[in-house]
Amino acid sequence: MNLNFFFEVLIGGLLSGVMYALVAIGFVLIYKASGVFNFAQGAMVYFAALTCVGVMDKLGVSLWIALPITVAVMIALGLSIERVVLRPLVNQPEITLFMATIGLAFFIEGLAQLVFGAQVRKLELPIEDVPSQYLMDNYNILVSQFDIMAALVCGLLVTTLALLFSKTKVGRALRAVADDHQAALAVGIPLQRIWAVLWAVAGIVALVAGMLWGARNGVQFALTFVALKALPVLILGGFTSMPGAIVGGLIIGASEKMAEVYIGPLVGGGIEGWFPYVLALLFLLARPEGLFGEKIIRRI
Amino acid sequence: MQMNEPEAHFGATGRKIGPVILDLKNISLSFGGVKALTDISFDVRKHEIRAIIGPNGAGKSSMLNVINGVYRPQQGQIVYHGEVRKNMDCHAAAKSGIARTFQNIALFKGMTVLDNIMTGRNLKMKSNFLMQALYWGPARREEIAHRIKAEEIIDFLEIQAIRKTPVGRLPYGLQKRVELGRALAAEPEILLLDEPMAGMNVEEKQDMCRFILDVNDQFGTTIVLIEHDMGVVMDISDRVVVLDYGKKIGDGTPDEVRSNRDVINAYLGVSCE
Amino acid sequence: MFYREAGQFKTSYQADGQIFPILQDRLALMVLLAVAIVVVPLVASPYALSAILIPFLIFSLAALGLNILTGYAGQLSLGTAAFMAVGAFASYNFILRIPGLPVLVAFVLGGLSAALVGIAFGLPSLRIRGFYLAAATLATQFFVVWCLTKIPYLTNYSSSGVITAQPIVILGYAFDTPDRKYLLVLAVVAVMALLAKNMIRSNVGRSWMAVRDMDVAAEVIGFRLMRTKLLAFAVSSFYCGVAGALYAYAYLGTVEPEAYNLDLSFRILFMIIIGGVGSVLGSFLGAAFIVLLPVLLNVVAHSLALPTSVASNLELMVFGALIIFFLIVEPHGLARLWQIGKEKLRLWPFPH
Repeated sequence: MNLNFFFEVLIGGLLSGVMYALVAIGFVLIYKASGVFNFAQGAMVYFAALTCVGVMDKLGVSLWIALPITVAVMIALGLSIERVVLRPLVNQPEITLFMATIGLAFFIEGLAQLVFGAQVRKLELPIEDVPSQYLMDNYNILVSQFDIMAALVCGLLVTTLALLFSKTKVGRALRAVADDHQAALAVGIPLQRIWAVLWAVAGIVALVAGMLWGARNGVQFALTFVALKALPVLILGGFTSMPGAIVGGLIIGASEKMAEVYIGPLVGGGIEGWFPYVLALLFLLARPEGLFGEKIIRRI
Repeated sequence: MQMNEPEAHFGATGRKIGPVILDLKNISLSFGGVKALTDISFDVRKHEIRAIIGPNGAGKSSMLNVINGVYRPQQGQIVYHGEVRKNMDCHAAAKSGIARTFQNIALFKGMTVLDNIMTGRNLKMKSNFLMQALYWGPARREEIAHRIKAEEIIDFLEIQAIRKTPVGRLPYGLQKRVELGRALAAEPEILLLDEPMAGMNVEEKQDMCRFILDVNDQFGTTIVLIEHDMGVVMDISDRVVVLDYGKKIGDGTPDEVRSNRDVINAYLGVSCE
Repeated sequence: MFYREAGQFKTSYQADGQIFPILQDRLALMVLLAVAIVVVPLVASPYALSAILIPFLIFSLAALGLNILTGYAGQLSLGTAAFMAVGAFASYNFILRIPGLPVLVAFVLGGLSAALVGIAFGLPSLRIRGFYLAAATLATQFFVVWCLTKIPYLTNYSSSGVITAQPIVILGYAFDTPDRKYLLVLAVVAVMALLAKNMIRSNVGRSWMAVRDMDVAAEVIGFRLMRTKLLAFAVSSFYCGVAGALYAYAYLGTVEPEAYNLDLSFRILFMIIIGGVGSVLGSFLGAAFIVLLPVLLNVVAHSLALPTSVASNLELMVFGALIIFFLIVEPHGLARLWQIGKEKLRLWPFPH
């Protein structure tokens, strides 16, 4: 067995795991701050990426102009989601909100394709997808500069958000809201404003993820399925932990690639489709609240 | 001490009390590092009304949870009808005649009052799901027979008017009554009541008291009761156990407990004259 | 004034426990059944039968299955289509390999196979709850369908992976025209709906609802959690399996794994959300809604001369918006709206 090849597969897997983590972070952000599992996060990633390339196409502007426009659009999207979907559903059980986000996902997907069309587009970022010279020369390992950039961005995002939650007043308010909407309202936390901010930030996180994914795979509808892959990531990492999202992403990314490369040929391939989910399932049986998740205690 | 006493005698309230049916020996329970119960021993006699009192956090609900199998104690024994076991399995406890109500009502909010009470009959239902799917013969007869029993309880608790109301819509006091009905539906030998009168006004308390006494009187059910209203406790109980910080600090008739120094310091206090 | 219950007294518990205690409801049901059995096959076009009524009935059955698991037993599942696939493939293999096996028996066996798979994949529900369980059911969805594509024995070593379903012949009578297929599906669905309703109003149904509402209390009362949950998975998967077999045999005409994808699972989930979670009637109403909506949108799109891509995107948007709308306005779905309508009808023409 070629050790170099093994490392390449491993690192490739880890880096694709970083991409998963990027999407997962959006989930954690919203769940941690409002108790809502946002099934529409994948659709938001797609929407953000599509808006960016769509604006570039339709208005003929460069990436650097399209970006702020997209940010504005995502903020507007976040605000309208809060106003139209979340505000009427305050205090409803978690499962109702979850199902509402499923409906939201479909809506956003349809809207994105309606406005910008459904064909696959290429997204060009200033970072090239070429192997890093440094690693090639010194360690003889083929790793793309792009992937390294993505990993750095991911790390930066997670650190910023983690600090936001634990150190700032806003972060504390967000955690209170996640626990109990009614109680948060009762102590005077401006729920609506906080949620608006929250979803806008989630939109921007989705934009970051969308840019990186879009540059990697092209902006296409399949992007929405990335959201589904984020579920095993969250299960492993816990729904409320940012660092957990990264660790979970890395594990899922790596194990998925390894399984496909080493076990795949034995059973006819296509393992990537279900391996992360089965892995998550087995994991849940052993530890129902994930690696970093909070233990749920019920009192009777 | 308990084993040598005569088979039947009259308790503090004049009630006819039987032999010991439940004996808890040296029960210790902890969660992680927190010790909820430390070396608790007491017994319960047939037909009596046994109260457990103590400040909040003393471990009273945990004690009930140990008796009916929700928690497994790390140490100690439970002797039920002479059978010694390390702990009670939830299902075994229910099957052997222990029923309970909960401090924060544990009714099935999605079902009607009647359905909730019918769930209490579940251990007595024998037909399997296929027969119920056909709703024919034995399954139908059984359903109706248990419906009759449930209606008896509904009559007893005077909740006929709300029998088809979803439980989630009822006011707190009525929900507590329905929960009592669900526990009674199992025709239990021991009924564990966790603060049945919490949050009730005087009238509701009187009603609940009456029901509890009637249950003990008419059905002969033994009652273990957690309650904070000292007037009620001292009036209706035969014997009282006092817990504080997970330890037993008093055990005896209401009069004995009322004059116990430790109990007065920890919980009862003295009246300011 | 037509819908009053005045004068309809119940003098026995048996009468009180009927599925349709109100006389007018019973009459309405008779009329509905009469229309469905006699009038519809005579009047409806083959298109209406094959493209609307048959899928409506089949999806109602699947929605009923999912409702038993998610609505009554409270176990959220995103793997419905996988169980349907098992039912279809199992039925195919039973008919193929046991010559002379009656088709209905094959469907039942298909359902039982789905039930076994349901029990196996329902085991995690003993440890896992809520979203986590939903995520675990995704494992079921993807893994089971993958298995069905990768095991050549199941597809009879077909090279394309798409197998033609055998024709339905019962006692020498061929069910090959739309109206015959429709009547067969109607019969199966009606019987199974009745069985489901019976289970729901008996102890089994109460055990499921108890576990859904508060499983700790349910255990304390004496319900066995494992048995209850696994039975829910088994019964639900059985219903989905039979629906899946009917989907292949009476609708698609082929048995292929791709037809049972995640999209189908979501469609059926939407049916019970919109129709009413925890309601037999809701399963039917939701299925009708989801089946008719694309047809309606197509008609609208045609009349406005919109291109098909626009129409299909609009469909996604309308779906999504409707789900949100229903969850806000009436989280208990169309079934609850129906009930409210009946209440108002009771009082009509008086306002209150």
